[in-house]
Amino acid sequence: MIKFFSKEDKNGGVLERLRHGLSKTRSSISGRLDRLFLGKKEITGDLLEEVEEILFTSDIGVVTTQELINLLQDKVARKELKDPEKLKAVLREYMLSFLRIDSPAQSFPLNGQPLVIMVVGVNGVGKTTSIGKIASRYKSEGKSVMLVAADTFRAAAVEQLIIWGDRAGAEVIKQSTGSDPSAVVFDGLTAAVSRVFDVVIIDTAGRLHTKTNLMQELQKINRVIGQKIQGAPHEIWLVLDATTGQNSISQAEVFNNILGLTGIILTKLDGTAKGGIVVGISHQLGIPIRYIGIGEKIDDLRPFDPDDFVKAIFE
Amino acid sequence: MFESLSEKFSSIFKKITGRGILSDANIQEALKEVRLALLEADVNYKVVKNVVEEIRQRAVGKEVLQSLTPGQQLIKIVNEELTRLMGDVKQGLQLLGRTPHALMLVGLQGSGKTTTAAKLAVHLQKQGRHPYLVPADIYRPAAIEQLIKLAKQINVPFYPTNPSQKPEDICMDSLSKAGKEGSDVLIIDTAGRLHIDEAMMDELVRIRKKINPAEILLVADAMTGQDAVNVAKHFNETLDISGVILSKMEGDARGGAALSIKAVTEKPIKFIGVGEKIDSLEPFYPDRMASQILGMGDVLSLIEKAQAELDESEALKLQKKLRKNEFDLEDFKGQLQQIKKIGSFEQILGMLPGIGQLKKLKQMNHDDKELVKVEAIINSMTTQERRSYKIINGSRRRRIALGSGTTVQDVNRLLKNFAQTKKMMERFSKKGYSGMGALFG
Ligand SMILES: Nc1nc2c(ncn2[C@@H]2O[C@H](COP(=O)(O)OP(=O)(O)OP(=O)(O)O)[C@@H](O)[C@H]2O)c(=O)[nH]1
Ligand SMILES: [Mg+2]
Repeated sequence: MIKFFSKEDKNGGVLERLRHGLSKTRSSISGRLDRLFLGKKEITGDLLEEVEEILFTSDIGVVTTQELINLLQDKVARKELKDPEKLKAVLREYMLSFLRIDSPAQSFPLNGQPLVIMVVGVNGVGKTTSIGKIASRYKSEGKSVMLVAADTFRAAAVEQLIIWGDRAGAEVIKQSTGSDPSAVVFDGLTAAVSRVFDVVIIDTAGRLHTKTNLMQELQKINRVIGQKIQGAPHEIWLVLDATTGQNSISQAEVFNNILGLTGIILTKLDGTAKGGIVVGISHQLGIPIRYIGIGEKIDDLRPFDPDDFVKAIFE
Repeated sequence: MFESLSEKFSSIFKKITGRGILSDANIQEALKEVRLALLEADVNYKVVKNVVEEIRQRAVGKEVLQSLTPGQQLIKIVNEELTRLMGDVKQGLQLLGRTPHALMLVGLQGSGKTTTAAKLAVHLQKQGRHPYLVPADIYRPAAIEQLIKLAKQINVPFYPTNPSQKPEDICMDSLSKAGKEGSDVLIIDTAGRLHIDEAMMDELVRIRKKINPAEILLVADAMTGQDAVNVAKHFNETLDISGVILSKMEGDARGGAALSIKAVTEKPIKFIGVGEKIDSLEPFYPDRMASQILGMGDVLSLIEKAQAELDESEALKLQKKLRKNEFDLEDFKGQLQQIKKIGSFEQILGMLPGIGQLKKLKQMNHDDKELVKVEAIINSMTTQERRSYKIINGSRRRRIALGSGTTVQDVNRLLKNFAQTKKMMERFSKKGYSGMGALFG
């Protein structure tokens, strides 16, 4: 078909080589870094270029990779970093500094008002599933939890949330598919206040951040929440899929501009994707990552730990 | 956040004076930018390496066409190469053999299989087929309900899956049911799963063995990052997929995953999903995908249009004037006429060497209606006024406004912007920047 991908290539075909190469990438970055530095006494431009390439594979992205490389290069230029062996540790430190955002989550009590959490994100990233998991966490802390089915668009979205509500032992407030999500939210909050719930989590429909009208709909929901309960929503969390590449940046930027995010949930880290994109997002937008999703079961949620995360990138 | 490739190219190639032949030396820097652009677009880095090498080999020795800048020439080559790698135009479904045919959708969680199943049903209906939807995702809460709701919405028969059934049994049973009900294509919506989940991948193999599907389509999210190669490789090796559907293409993702997936599987991309609505499934066009990955929209096709339409010597004259900052409203009038020949103002901006570099231009809204207004104002000026805009005093402004059916404020604004542009050009003239777009600020 095409020379680049054709099988008649002398070296067993480019495709073969590519496949071969790919199976190698599965070996750890750390191992590759070690090989890279083996027998090299100096940190050369070549070496840095190779580091750059390695960072790319974890989806850290062009901009953040360049930023990290520049930091490393500065350190080398200032003669603070000479030993190739130490480069990895320094790089890890820089990444950690990008991820450590000092911004604690809203804590209880809120003068008897429920803690309101709004969960947003593009289609299929894992909003509803994460909500089920988070509800279960709060329940295990002895809180009463209400889920609001504000995805009135996608087929069977309400049914899906109801099942998660059952699993977590949380009440679900719903209306029929096609109704105004703001109205569902208003009713939900009214019920939550009068019946004194501790936590209200709002499941919104997945939407691409490029759809202006749908983003305005979120703004409206946000406003309605604030009108009903002063200071709410206390948390607005964006769900990002670790499998997504550079587009996560654009998602985070737009959702943050429109709503002012207070946290990120990074899902699907149980696959082979590293989710390195959040390093730059967290750093540039100053948004902390709250939780990670590591599976489809109710307890497959963990608080985000920067050290573990960075370790996993280098593993 | 990112500059587009064409902007970077034009600054790199400014160093190459005159025209001539692309050489190893003069494209080296530009190829680095190609590499970064592909990485920014989420093309897997190993794939990028191979593609860039291929482009280098194709570009070296090429003569730069009269009407193009070296940058445009290279973009053209890059685009042609990506298009070629992306595969053939329009690959429909291959439904051969005995009916009912089975069509299996597989992929990661959240990639868009269920919605795509319904979209495919609508697509097949339009072709006179009789589709039958099979919910085989017994795991995700309400996945069965989701597909059944969609099936009812589009009036397509479906298998009444019971979550206690085994997926392979669901598929076997629906095969006979569909046949009896007069359906000729089964669309099987399987559960999303991780490519490394062996038990779950095994389930797909069992289904495949039992029903021998005519098509196994990998549904992949267009926003997928570097991991796309791992996912595609695993699914393809386990199931020998017959094609790919890229979902969520209507967003602003550059879609480099398409190239990665094509590279590791060598399987055709058959459709793209461009919305949540049930009819937003489109055939895949390699050339559009290529320009999207490069982040250049329609600029590429316009390069070709420009070759045909833009008067070469006129363009050169204009460039010289821009550089010397002798650009006046008379020249601008000429430009407006050229613009009209080619397309919108926005479109032409990308083709003028150097002009894309003005960040400000990107933030502006190049409204074509606005263009009409600007043209009317300029046409109402005398040649003398266009040659030296400074003579346009208050009474002249009133006359121009009246003649063009606009307001004095409109005229003021245009003149003010033009004056600012001249100033800006002065500042940048050494670097070859130009800024006539600021007229619309
Ligand atoms: N492997 C894995 N799958 C997950 C994880 N989180 C969610 N999923 C799966 O991803 C798919 C989509 O999850 P949903 O919770 O429906 O996503 P959503 O964002 O609510 O989707 P929409 O409402 O349709 O936009 C489901 O199949 C989930 O089981 C995770 O951490 N790991
Ligand atoms: Mg949902």
